[in-house]
Amino acid sequence: MTTPLLSVENLSVSFDTPKGVVEAVRGISFEVGQERLGIVGESGSGKSQTGRAILGLTPGRVSADRIEFDGIDLRNAPARTMRNIRGRRISMIMQDPRYSLNPVMTVGWQIAEAYRVHTNANRREAKQRALEMLVTVRIREPEKVYGLYPHQVSGGMGQRVMIAMMLIPGPDLIIADEPTSALDVTVQLQVLAILDDMVRDRGMGLIFISHDLHLVSSFCDRILVMYGGQIMEVLDTGAMHRAEHPYTKGLLNCLPDLARRQETLPVLERDADWLLSRDGAP
Amino acid sequence: MIKVEGLEISFGAGANQVHAVRGASFDVARGESFGLVGESGSGKSTVLRAIAGLVPNWRGAIIIDGAALGRKRPRALHKRLQMVFQDPYGSLHPRHTVNDILKEPLIIHGMDDRETRILKALDEVGLGAGYRFRYPHQLSGGQRQRVAIARALILDPEIVLLDEPTSALDVSVQAEILNLLTRLRQERRLTYIMVSHDLAIVAHLCSRIAVMNRGAFIEEMSSDQLRTGTPEHGYTRQLLLASKGYDRAAIDQFVEFD
Ligand SMILES: Nc1ncnc2c1ncn2[C@@H]1O[C@H](COP(=O)(O)OP(=O)(O)OP(=O)(O)O)[C@@H](O)[C@H]1O
Ligand SMILES: Nc1ncnc2c1ncn2[C@@H]1O[C@H](COP(=O)(O)OP(=O)(O)OP(=O)(O)O)[C@@H](O)[C@H]1O
Ligand SMILES: [Mg+2]
Ligand SMILES: [Mg+2]
Repeated sequence: MTTPLLSVENLSVSFDTPKGVVEAVRGISFEVGQERLGIVGESGSGKSQTGRAILGLTPGRVSADRIEFDGIDLRNAPARTMRNIRGRRISMIMQDPRYSLNPVMTVGWQIAEAYRVHTNANRREAKQRALEMLVTVRIREPEKVYGLYPHQVSGGMGQRVMIAMMLIPGPDLIIADEPTSALDVTVQLQVLAILDDMVRDRGMGLIFISHDLHLVSSFCDRILVMYGGQIMEVLDTGAMHRAEHPYTKGLLNCLPDLARRQETLPVLERDADWLLSRDGAP
Repeated sequence: MIKVEGLEISFGAGANQVHAVRGASFDVARGESFGLVGESGSGKSTVLRAIAGLVPNWRGAIIIDGAALGRKRPRALHKRLQMVFQDPYGSLHPRHTVNDILKEPLIIHGMDDRETRILKALDEVGLGAGYRFRYPHQLSGGQRQRVAIARALILDPEIVLLDEPTSALDVSVQAEILNLLTRLRQERRLTYIMVSHDLAIVAHLCSRIAVMNRGAFIEEMSSDQLRTGTPEHGYTRQLLLASKGYDRAAIDQFVEFD
């Protein structure tokens, strides 16, 4: 790995709820360079909250010894600095595309607007760039799709519109939260290839959050496996089948296998010992 | 049980017209589970929505149990045919409790014994009575999807249309939902049509699979044919290759099929 773009040390995120404190992320540390870092784990394991905490986009309480991006301390950065960083230098592709798109604006206008707020481009230039971006994310008939409203595009098209919006300002780091879960496998790989090119050619960093273990394993340089807000193990690319932790193995076991027929699929058997807290108490 | 012939669906008019489904034809026997896979935007959801009566303009024939359907559906049919939608977040009303959500179809169809039916439906999908008065935001993604399935089952349908029922779920919850769907189909002899982009999931749940590309049905095969990797059409072979994971060199060889 080259010098890290982002360093995170001892990051925790917690929520006060009527039923007590929910510890969504518990003291995790990692670095991201000009590479593809994957985060996998079951639902509720803290993947999205980790991504959001970096950008200060969680309603939860964040504590960390360090969240440093390109020499800037993001923990105490003034609001103006954060506004400049968000979107322009670090983009986050959110998990629920339908919720992140404005229902009363056409999808094309929304992509063009994402370009305009980060550059001083005029409307015509912005529209041109937005159309090019639709082509990049492999939308067919981009002129037609430009004028559609979110409810008129298919699930996978909505997801690619979101990706186009996040890529258009040319960020240094992308946090992609389940960015391709609604795409068919071919388009999914083509979209990943675009992100891959941006990592290779432009030296971008990518945090790729997904529950697709095989995909992450074949795509990412390193993978953090999360459970209960903690990192269970870190795996290198393609090393999923060499995973050691029973949790990772359990997750892999749940997947239906194209190569063989099974009547019933195994489900995950959790073990409280996986979550020994940092001070040793369970 | 279900016969679709020459289904054609377009949206919009003039230069902006989208020809979403182009001559789809297929048959599904009672108790069978039929899978639909294909490119994003190829018309999979639209086919399901047309069968469910949610698309106003279509041409061709949709025949259920020997009766051809028209634009207007008899109320009794809604009871026999239910759909689970692609988006588990958007399909449940955020300000209705699980109880409200499950009661609504019972009221519409004038069913009695509501209390018993609601408790039974919750039990069947593995959510106890304790979830009855929760709101959707108080449920996990998997629990929400269980509520959506309970809502589809509460009227005792014969046909269930499943649009990407597990794509928003993690692998463990996905396994639970797939096991649940398998069990319910066996117990109640349900007929399924399921859309998914995950070939392993379709092969797991379905015995026959149709592949769609740009609105058209290009190939139909058994799940065993898919498993042994012997589909005929180039697009299907490309899908199979893509499902093996990320391979930059292979991706550069991908072609578009018309
Ligand atoms: N606003 C909130 N109030 C209370 N708890 C919350 C809130 N937001 C998130 N949490 C909790 O934080 C934990 C981590 O959530 P997070 O969204 O990071 O999970 P995730 O790993 O992204 O899961 P998924 O795969 O389902 O998206 C969960 O237990 C969740 O219930
Ligand atoms: N209400 C609508 N108005 C205009 N176009 C629509 C409408 N609904 C669907 N379409 C178009 O019909 C085509 C097929 O959409 P559909 O949702 O059936 O695709 P899909 O195969 O389910 O894709 P995905 O896998 O991405 O969900 C798309 O081009 C979409 O933009
Ligand atoms: Mg998440
Ligand atoms: Mg769809």
